[in-house]
Amino acid sequence: MSEMTTALEMRNITKQFPGVKALDEVTFTVKKGEIHALCGENGAGKSTLMKVLSGLYPTGTYDGEIVINGEVKRFSGIKDAEHSGIAIIYQELALAKDLSIAENLFLGKEIAQWGVINWEKVFKESEKWLTEVGLTDVSPETRTGTLGIGKQQQVEIAKALSKNANLLILDEPTAALTEQEVDILLSILREFKERGVTCIYISHKLKEVFSIADSVTVLRDGKTIGTYRVDDITEEKVISLMVGRELKQLFPRIESQPGDVVLKVQNYTVTHPDLTHRKVIDDLSFEVRQGEIFGIAGLMGAGRTELVMSLFGSYSGVASGTVEIERKSTLIKNTQQAIKYGLALVSEDRKKYGLVLGMDVKNNITLSSLKQISNSGVIDQHKEVYQGNDYMKALRIKANSVETIVGTLSGGNQQKVVLGKWLMTKPKILILDEPTRGIDVGAKFEIYTLMNELIKQGVAIIMVSSELPELLGMSHRIMVISEGRKTAEYKAEEASQEVIMTAATGGRAG
Amino acid sequence: MKEQTVIESEYEQTPLVARSWKTLFKFDARAYTMIGALLAIWVLFSLLHERFLSPTNLSNLFLQMSVTSILAIGMVLVIVAGHIDLSVGSLVGFIGGVVAMLNVWYDWPALPVIIVAIAIGALIGCIQGWIIAYKAVPAFIVTLGGMLVFRGLLFGTTGSVTVAPLSPGLKAIGQSYMSDVIGWIIGSIGLLIAAALVLRKRASRGKYGFAVEPLAISVARIIATGVLILGFVAVMNSYKGIPVPFLMVVVLALIFTFITRNTTFGRQVYAIGGNPEAAKLSGINIKRRVMLVFVLCNTLAAIAALVLTARLNAATMTAGQNYELDAIAACVIGGTSLIGGAGSIMGALIGALVMSSLDNGMSLMNMESFWQYIVKGGILVLAVYVDIHTRNRKNNAA
Repeated sequence: MSEMTTALEMRNITKQFPGVKALDEVTFTVKKGEIHALCGENGAGKSTLMKVLSGLYPTGTYDGEIVINGEVKRFSGIKDAEHSGIAIIYQELALAKDLSIAENLFLGKEIAQWGVINWEKVFKESEKWLTEVGLTDVSPETRTGTLGIGKQQQVEIAKALSKNANLLILDEPTAALTEQEVDILLSILREFKERGVTCIYISHKLKEVFSIADSVTVLRDGKTIGTYRVDDITEEKVISLMVGRELKQLFPRIESQPGDVVLKVQNYTVTHPDLTHRKVIDDLSFEVRQGEIFGIAGLMGAGRTELVMSLFGSYSGVASGTVEIERKSTLIKNTQQAIKYGLALVSEDRKKYGLVLGMDVKNNITLSSLKQISNSGVIDQHKEVYQGNDYMKALRIKANSVETIVGTLSGGNQQKVVLGKWLMTKPKILILDEPTRGIDVGAKFEIYTLMNELIKQGVAIIMVSSELPELLGMSHRIMVISEGRKTAEYKAEEASQEVIMTAATGGRAG
Repeated sequence: MKEQTVIESEYEQTPLVARSWKTLFKFDARAYTMIGALLAIWVLFSLLHERFLSPTNLSNLFLQMSVTSILAIGMVLVIVAGHIDLSVGSLVGFIGGVVAMLNVWYDWPALPVIIVAIAIGALIGCIQGWIIAYKAVPAFIVTLGGMLVFRGLLFGTTGSVTVAPLSPGLKAIGQSYMSDVIGWIIGSIGLLIAAALVLRKRASRGKYGFAVEPLAISVARIIATGVLILGFVAVMNSYKGIPVPFLMVVVLALIFTFITRNTTFGRQVYAIGGNPEAAKLSGINIKRRVMLVFVLCNTLAAIAALVLTARLNAATMTAGQNYELDAIAACVIGGTSLIGGAGSIMGALIGALVMSSLDNGMSLMNMESFWQYIVKGGILVLAVYVDIHTRNRKNNAA
């Protein structure tokens, strides 16, 4: 391999944290103009490696060397890496939502003379970059916050390009995108490839990896397992390399054990919190039985999250219709009541809604069940440690002890802490909103297994998910909603990705 | 099967003695910095003025820090919950005015006056807390308004005159001292309780397989606490004895430390400050908890008002001015995060002692009062700078 065709070479990178070797002699080579996927479970070292590359961990804090276009580089900060043409687009977008697209694009490098911004030039330049990323239908003056996530991401990419980036790193770019938006993103990336932009693509979604990447490098436990051309390897093989064992099946579904109807929702309508004439949920009816997994499918913005939040008493829009829990008509006004009726909600955003990141594992697990571990308002610390330990072991949460601060855990382990918190409330109906978003294959499997355990014990599970294979693989019945209305309900064996997508787009296929 | 063992081994504690030595020093780095800063201030003042460390002055110092400390205890809860209370200074002035009027003008005896003062504090806490929690008006605005309203109420009800002197019974709250014998008894009981707590913690940590600190350290801790407590009693007794207001601070600090550490209410307040959205979805009644936090804070302000008025033996128009800032500064110097979710009563007390030491030392040296403002302001900013700096370093290392 000649030097000229190699865009990036990271040689023997070792990064040590107190007590952990996050990267152990990692070698990573990317050829010019290719799309190179980086795969690995959470905690495998992908993010650490990219932080080394982007200068977030400066030279001296790690061993090994970075070679770009044949030149050894020593970055002492993010700016240095940017000068070498490296740009990272993180999973959590870093745009100022109240500023216009143009302002965001030129943030920190405004076109100005004597501190006065030349708006005409800024807008002209912005339009040029927006065209590059295929965003031609929005004006550069648009407030960024009004755009959908997909378009915001395009703005981020435009911003990276405007900094003359020729090595683009995308960290889980499609985690929050709809299928349509994913397609747009992938086609933009293909176009870039034509123009010779090199791209590192980090994703858990192997389908995307295989549809777009040229090569894939697998990391496991801080070590390079290998680099392969995608034509020479299969999805199953990559998964087994990632987890270090053969996964027999991705979705360990078991037969449902349907018992009584525990939740019956009829003519449920929820208004928008601000625009009271708009309905986010419109005349919806369904029922859920004990011992089954009830899946809810729909596109982003279809009202899935609003529905479950409202049922849980934590949505500010006004709800009408009837809700029966165990044949008793109830109207849940707040989360305290919801918990009392045996509901539990694992929300889609664990950092925002699920965890107190500064608290330790046991404090988070017991947060909704403080009554169980206290006597007239005084916490029994012994009980708390014992209970925390029990859940930590049962859920196989990887942490040093129950006193580990939750913010330091990986995504999958954080999600398990949230699950632990809700399992401790002994729920009858467990609502899971995107339960496996952003967590690795191994942890996903553990969560599926846990769901099976729960339905065996007679818990009813409602699962909202954007990942159709997961919904099809785990649910016993699937309800599809579109624009707040129920458009279809299928038994697991009747459903397929095609019929669900048709129903999710309002029945108007294509 | 192999996978299983890997994960199991990650659960294993590392109950190494070496590790617990290390964590001990790492964990308490912040506390040591604060205590170190306090000692540095003391050494400096004792070099600049020979009477700074005299029993008389130390007794005065602990008397002076009492009001700030009582306010800071309540303020910790408010700030931990993610709010702020700017009204406590004016509230101290207003309730002090009511106390003096009832006692001086209407000849009410001490007990009913105390009850009324505390009731007013609780009621005002209810009102402010209700507007903040249930009507969603930011605490900054509500208590800024309160700051003006209560100062105005003080002027209006007293007719802007100083109300003095108080009856001896009421004066005792702020001006009396424990007799030597009682001082020693209290000190000894304190020491026994401290020793029992250290040993109990050791025992329970051992039971769960957590890292237990070496016995030598536990013993050293007990001895250090003993020297501190008994030394304090000896110094105080060589003047007039332990000041009653300071004893009140100790009792309140113990009660509120228990509340923050061992009650569901305390835990929920920290969760609310740490992540209000998650706390709400976890089924915590945020509104009720926040309101209660303000009730407690303003009730403590009423107690502070009683102490201050009794000590000054008068209600004046400027009583309590800027005290809210001293209390907030004490909390922040003591490591309470203004974002919410973190902070301790003990830290706030050390912060209050730092602020009071600066006041006391500079007055003792007859420095003009403008210097006191400048130095205190500078120290506040410096303390937070050091705190953020050390925190960042810790984060980068992790």
